[in-house]
Amino acid sequence: MSTPTSIRPVVPAGPQTVAVEPAPRQPARWSVRWARRRADDQPPRGIVSDAERRTPSVRVALQLIHATLLALLLVIGLGPILWLVKASISTTQDTLRSPMALFPSGVDWANLATAWTRVHIDLHFANSMIIASGSWLVQLVVATTGGYALSILRPRYGPVLYWLVLSTLFVPAVVLLVPLYLTVLDPPLLGVSLINTFWAVWLPAGANAFNVLLTKRFFDNLPQEIFDAARIDGAGPYRIFWSVLLPMSRPILGVVSVFAFIAAWKDFLWPLLVLPNPDVQPLSVRLPTLARSTELDVLLAALTISALIPMVLFLVFQRTFLRSAGLSGAIKG
Amino acid sequence: MRTWVRRGGLSTLVFLLPLLVIFGVFSWLPIVRAAVMSVQQTNLVTAPKFVGLENFQSVLADPLFWTAVRNTGVFALIALVFGYPIPLVVAVLMGEVRRFRGLLSAIAYLPVVVPPVVAVLMWKFFYDARPDGVFNTILGWVGLGPYRWLQSATTAMPSLVLEATWAAAGGTVIIYLAALIGVPAELYDAADVDGASIWQKIWHVTLPQLRGVLLVTLILQIIGTSQVFLEPFLFTGGGPANSTLTVLLLIYNYAFGSSLGGDYGAATALSLMLAVFLAALSAVYFWLTRSWSTS
Repeated sequence: MSTPTSIRPVVPAGPQTVAVEPAPRQPARWSVRWARRRADDQPPRGIVSDAERRTPSVRVALQLIHATLLALLLVIGLGPILWLVKASISTTQDTLRSPMALFPSGVDWANLATAWTRVHIDLHFANSMIIASGSWLVQLVVATTGGYALSILRPRYGPVLYWLVLSTLFVPAVVLLVPLYLTVLDPPLLGVSLINTFWAVWLPAGANAFNVLLTKRFFDNLPQEIFDAARIDGAGPYRIFWSVLLPMSRPILGVVSVFAFIAAWKDFLWPLLVLPNPDVQPLSVRLPTLARSTELDVLLAALTISALIPMVLFLVFQRTFLRSAGLSGAIKG
Repeated sequence: MRTWVRRGGLSTLVFLLPLLVIFGVFSWLPIVRAAVMSVQQTNLVTAPKFVGLENFQSVLADPLFWTAVRNTGVFALIALVFGYPIPLVVAVLMGEVRRFRGLLSAIAYLPVVVPPVVAVLMWKFFYDARPDGVFNTILGWVGLGPYRWLQSATTAMPSLVLEATWAAAGGTVIIYLAALIGVPAELYDAADVDGASIWQKIWHVTLPQLRGVLLVTLILQIIGTSQVFLEPFLFTGGGPANSTLTVLLLIYNYAFGSSLGGDYGAATALSLMLAVFLAALSAVYFWLTRSWSTS
């Protein structure tokens, strides 16, 4: 609800709940990261005490529960995704007649290539990338410059402005749908409609109060002496922003980036409204149209390709993802 | 003026420029515009005309409005029944796992990163009403079905909720897991000393400690589900027989739907009504998290 464009029940993180503290850069060695990860995620102890764990009945029950949990998570969480991957390299007949069988008439690798080239998943994939990257950049620029001005430069009208930004958190995205559409149709002073241009998605994405809040609170927690020292050394506000602030802000920029990229990749309703021309549509908007006109095996291959990027991103940046997700409900303190 | 510039007023303004322009044009202006448009008749051709509360009246008089409100309420309710207790149970169980916790939470979270459109189109195929459909095949193994899923007015809404729960539950699990880590170990130690059983520890330590998070996720879920759009739009288009028409889908239909088309006044009036409801909820949410974070 923080972006005007995401209508889906995203889990917005609570303004007061964020506890991202500026952390020193993590050592890059994998072994060290693993150790940190385990130390972070492992509670000091759980509900079941060590003594209870030693009693046979509890131990058996726990093992049974764990096995069931793992099995259920695999079947329910992973199952549909694995099925999709399987179906994307099966023939249409197989998928329609015996959807649960494994390749009764062989593997059909050609689906992926057909989806990529003939159905132009490549084009829409590129559009999705361009849209996500642009939205990411706009959000990052607005959040870092705005956060810097409000937190470090602190003009006298700063609190009022910050309040105005925060108050948009209370306005759900729904309200903006129609007026924002009309604004994009005829933007003030510009005289050119932004419909069917990427700007129509990029620019509104920047009006994300939650990003500003995250960065400002992060900057607030940075040691002020560093900025004072830089100022005494003769660094101007631009130099401090670029060479002092940004290098120290990696953790928060990571969190904002993940949120921004994923939100842009997932977004459907807003790009559907402002990008009616199929040539500029991202995957999310194009797929439902394709679903009506494409052969099933090729469509399922297209779905697999579309799901791949965010899933790979997730597996690579798992830690950032899960920490951001946990933050959204965690109560500070 | 000159001292203002020398004291950095100008460069501050330069840094604020992106925020001012973007928020001004794409957030503050549209918010004001929404309020204005709700009392106007706008058709983009002739000049907007002030009509007072007519838009609100016409929305309230629309029988579809009450259908949409009821459906959205039903969606939210079923989503609560499905989606609220399950992640809690999963998270509490996962909290006791000592090995492979990272792997388990990754698997639980994976559906959340599948793009919603992909998830819906995939599930739409799962819900194939033929006996050879994916779900009907699986249920057929245990002698159930075939069901008509999306094609019947009684099962369509629960089917939508099922997919939405699959897509969102992992996020809630992670939130609860993070909160479980925050439960102080001393409380459990003290409970052990007092001879509490595992169930008593869950009931008297874990759940009271999660009280805050449970309320927050409850409100977040209600805020999310009252804005449900993607599932009814892609699964059923609001059918069969308007049984899955939600408030947001109705707003979309007012403004952009081809059958009614271009009734921007009614669309903004309805979105404002929904907004007041949601803003009240967000205010409660904000207030709750705030009061807890200081304690």
